[in-house]
Amino acid sequence: MLYYRPFQVDKIMKPDNASYERYQRQTILKEFGEAGQQKLLHSKVLVIGAGGLGCPALQYLAAAGIGNIGIVDDDIVSITDLHRQVLYSTFDIGFSKAEKAKHSLARLNPGIDIIAYKERLTTFNTLPIISAYDIVIDGTDNFASRYMINDACVLLNKPLVYGAVSQFEGQVAIFNYQNKKGDTPVNYRDLFPEPPREGEVLNCAEAGVLGVLPGIIGTMQANETIKLITGMGKALINSILTYNALNNRVYELSLSARKETLLFTPATAFAFQQMDYDWLCSSNNRKFEINGEAFNHLLNTGNADIIDVRETGELPLPTGFNYTQIPLSEFKEKITSVKSETVIVFCQSGKRSLQAAQWLFDEFGESKKIFSLQGGIFNWLKNNSMQQP
Amino acid sequence: MKVNIILFGQLTDIAGTDNFTLENVADTDGLVAKLHKSYPPLINSKYVIAVDKNIISTNTLLTNNCTVALLPPFSGG
Repeated sequence: MLYYRPFQVDKIMKPDNASYERYQRQTILKEFGEAGQQKLLHSKVLVIGAGGLGCPALQYLAAAGIGNIGIVDDDIVSITDLHRQVLYSTFDIGFSKAEKAKHSLARLNPGIDIIAYKERLTTFNTLPIISAYDIVIDGTDNFASRYMINDACVLLNKPLVYGAVSQFEGQVAIFNYQNKKGDTPVNYRDLFPEPPREGEVLNCAEAGVLGVLPGIIGTMQANETIKLITGMGKALINSILTYNALNNRVYELSLSARKETLLFTPATAFAFQQMDYDWLCSSNNRKFEINGEAFNHLLNTGNADIIDVRETGELPLPTGFNYTQIPLSEFKEKITSVKSETVIVFCQSGKRSLQAAQWLFDEFGESKKIFSLQGGIFNWLKNNSMQQP
Repeated sequence: MKVNIILFGQLTDIAGTDNFTLENVADTDGLVAKLHKSYPPLINSKYVIAVDKNIISTNTLLTNNCTVALLPPFSGG
């Protein structure tokens, strides 16, 4: 009889230890075998974004025995995440996603190494973090991050397992996989060379998403990753698969590398660091952003309307100043209720408030001073904790 | 000549359907012009075109009963 020894699991699988029993149901597959398990245990996978896609991907990769897992996410758990981000519980609201995900995965499989990066990827930290891994999984929720991660993987020759969702549909692909023949690998910019302009594509908060859909797509990303590592089956290399959750239709498109793509990807680490991905992806919304200090100054002047655009129930609730709540989902219809000449919008991380600021600008133009709190209220509360009662 | 059109993502909201057929279109440029006329919001939408499951980047001749897919970028996660 074998018993689990939770914190002493040997990395090298032997038939007589607990890890062998843990993985037995997959090692008995002849295509997978003990050799496949050894490959997983010696692999290093970085999951960027521990959200709707990242959670299921992480869960299956950790369960399958990927030996080294990195989790990058600077966000905290919100109540609106819980319908799809299945690694978190209601008690995790307000805490770091990367840390809570690590905690949850360490309980699932104590025999693997997990590193939580509680930081936002920038052009300065992306290359060093990605360098330490064999495969990158993109589970982010915005074009700026997606283009930055793609370009970093091109620069570092790292395979990128891409997944994205919108409403009821999802996309999965493997980019930047160097085959043995030495063909130029396909990357995301071979499909969409440049990020969409403002208004060309709905963002997630605007479009909504069925909770189970990123579950399916994130799980497919985990599956493609396991296939890449073990060499089993036919991975989605040089093709993109779309899945429709409403009618179960699957459609696969072939991709090929294009010479023009080289015009868009930075050729050196220095050129990469000089890229401004946020600007590329949101042509003119940065003009609204103010930092915590400027926000405090406007608070003291006292004549600004401050609006929380998070959905009802999202925490933490700031104290120490007056504000109204207009959730982003209702913002457009209630926009005329904004009366003051100076308006400051905030949300959790500063992304949704940028959208609200843009809408305010579209409605009122230069007749109002419109500001969005950079980094969101969570960041502000952290830096101003002394002022809280 | 009949061409099958498949739409994805928010493009289905614009057209009100995810698949339909068009007659008398010779190439992808002609097809796009026709679609823009029928569904003006497509003009301001971003998508790639695939003919019989291969992504194309230049004007491409269409054949009878071929399938043209319009795929927009998704960013959600």
